[in-house]
Amino acid sequence: MGFKEKILTRSLYVFHVSSGSCNNCDIEILDCLTPRYDLERFGIVLVGSVKHADALLCTGSTNRMCVPRIKLLYEQMPKPGFVIAWGACGSSRGLFKDSYNTGVPLDEIIPVDLYIPGCPPKPEAVIGGVVKLIDKINGKKNK
Amino acid sequence: MKIDEILKKLQDRFGPKVLKVYRKNDKRAYIDICPKDIVEVTRYVFKDLGLRFNIASAVDDFNALEILYHFADDASGYVISLRAMLKDKEDPHIDTITTVTKSAWWIEREMHELFGIHFDGNQDLRPLLLPDDWPQGVYPLRKNFVPPKRDSRKS
Amino acid sequence: MSHKAHIPIGPYHPLQEEPEFYKLVVEGEKVVDVDVRIGYNHRGIEKISESKSFDQSIFIVERICGICSSSHPIACVQAIEDLSGIKVPERALYIRSIVQELERLHSHMLWVGLAGHFLGYNTVFMWGWKYREPICDIMETVTGNRQNYAMLKVGGVRRDIEKEHVPYILTRLDDFTRQLDMLRGAILDDPVLHARLKGVGILTKEEAIDYAALGPTARASGVDIDVRRDHPYAAYDRVKWNVITGTEGDVFAKAVVRILEMYESVSIIRQCLDKLPKGGIDSNPKDIPPGEGIGQVEAPRGECFHYVKSDGTNSPVRHKVRAPTYMNFPTFRHTVIGQTVSDATIILAAIDPCYCCTERMLIVDNKDKELFGVQELIRLSQEKTKRLKIEMGL
Repeated sequence: MGFKEKILTRSLYVFHVSSGSCNNCDIEILDCLTPRYDLERFGIVLVGSVKHADALLCTGSTNRMCVPRIKLLYEQMPKPGFVIAWGACGSSRGLFKDSYNTGVPLDEIIPVDLYIPGCPPKPEAVIGGVVKLIDKINGKKNK
Repeated sequence: MKIDEILKKLQDRFGPKVLKVYRKNDKRAYIDICPKDIVEVTRYVFKDLGLRFNIASAVDDFNALEILYHFADDASGYVISLRAMLKDKEDPHIDTITTVTKSAWWIEREMHELFGIHFDGNQDLRPLLLPDDWPQGVYPLRKNFVPPKRDSRKS
Repeated sequence: MSHKAHIPIGPYHPLQEEPEFYKLVVEGEKVVDVDVRIGYNHRGIEKISESKSFDQSIFIVERICGICSSSHPIACVQAIEDLSGIKVPERALYIRSIVQELERLHSHMLWVGLAGHFLGYNTVFMWGWKYREPICDIMETVTGNRQNYAMLKVGGVRRDIEKEHVPYILTRLDDFTRQLDMLRGAILDDPVLHARLKGVGILTKEEAIDYAALGPTARASGVDIDVRRDHPYAAYDRVKWNVITGTEGDVFAKAVVRILEMYESVSIIRQCLDKLPKGGIDSNPKDIPPGEGIGQVEAPRGECFHYVKSDGTNSPVRHKVRAPTYMNFPTFRHTVIGQTVSDATIILAAIDPCYCCTERMLIVDNKDKELFGVQELIRLSQEKTKRLKIEMGL
């Protein structure tokens, strides 16, 4: 990984997008920012615009209406950037894979760097996942 | 008002328009009526008897499309469901009940796009849930529905 | 005065590229019309349910809404039990009530936090969500997960509450009650909140009945309905509790109803734990006969309604799901017209829609030119609170 990516690991700016989720994952994301887990002490911040983002955090089971928008958001995110697929729905559409209104899985739309499975993933799993991503960027082997 | 009283009131008021009554127990009753009488009966149930409109649910029964209008009496703790059978599955029509209660606004839009039922008198049957580019004439909750192919939707 | 701007709701769901979901048309500062377009969360759950067995459908309906994660499964199993006449053991009924009330506590506290954020009280947001954590801990102890509990099955519940967990649950409930007392004083006695929320977004009793509004949205307008009392289920008719109603129907009344309901929920949980009978938790039903059934449950937002039809096979022929927000959303259209733009977010938050549905709001002027997105709306709301504080000399 290059110099730019390594710099990003100091303080990851994250843009959250939901493509049709039940909100459990979205609530767990907000929970990570509240005093008990407080991801902001690691420098991880949720931003209001994808143009400021280093990482795109995707929840939801890729509803058909959202698929073109996710592509657009990925293109607008300044590179280098990372994509985190959050939850069972983000990883593979989960229970909703047979639905008539879900599109293809997220990793067939945009390249995914980190999968955090769970329904919803616990905040501890999220912290563990983000640490793995940072290690990967820094070139450390995963134990 | 107990469930037996309300069933009697309906039968007294509407006579032969009440086609069939199935009183399952103290809390549940299913009443068959003709689709053309739906507005009159729902107006009586909602406005005169004061029951709360729960929701309407449609079912594809292979031979017909069946719509159930569920009303709850919170004072006495039961739900009565008015059943209307639409025999014409190619072009099903029934009168709208939005003239009786505004709470039917969304469910009629939903039943229109998911089953293809047309609600006469409802000017706003725009899609509520399905994407804008969903193919016309394809109704997901019908039994003969074939899902459209998935693609990665190049924008 | 017509210049456009987009208002996507953010920063937590900053889907700024999304097309409109709520389109509010404004003239100057006042909202004159609302158009609604949903479907971004439509996952076809009713259709999926038809291809799964009755046992599997329960897991699917759990994921309709993350916050009402026990209400939908309880309504679903009650519909199947209504269909087939299955009896549920007493202990399971009490456990169902406990899980439901715990969910109500965490949902209302979550709402308090979000409402605080929309008004500019970010400390209330942080504290509200921090004080939710004891409830999530209890849930994890009892059910194994913070959300998506997988507790329900047809004929009973899946897991029991162990005797050794009860003192832990009671201690955490004590913590929660102390923190709730503190938040209640801070919120209900704040003059700025009174000025900000009273008289805003009023829904009268007649309108609430006409729109068939549910839950705290209806109760704050004086409509005295609560499924737990009117169509008793689980163990609600075996314990003593009160239905909380308001009269004004404004945002403040809705906040008061939710906060006072939390006290009732704590009382119900304590009574259920105290009276928890011995016995089995599962009546082990075998087949589901043909027929129809209806299940109703009082979720934190209002009544959840499930209708299930069976033809004797192992899958439902039809599974209709109606969440409470489906009936409450149209009241937003009614209550926001005539109000100012800066109040739009709090009026929407007051009906407590499932959060995913508050994601996308768009303001346009009467020539259909886009005005602002939700980030801007929230900022306007927070600025109005600041202005009021200054005017009141606080």
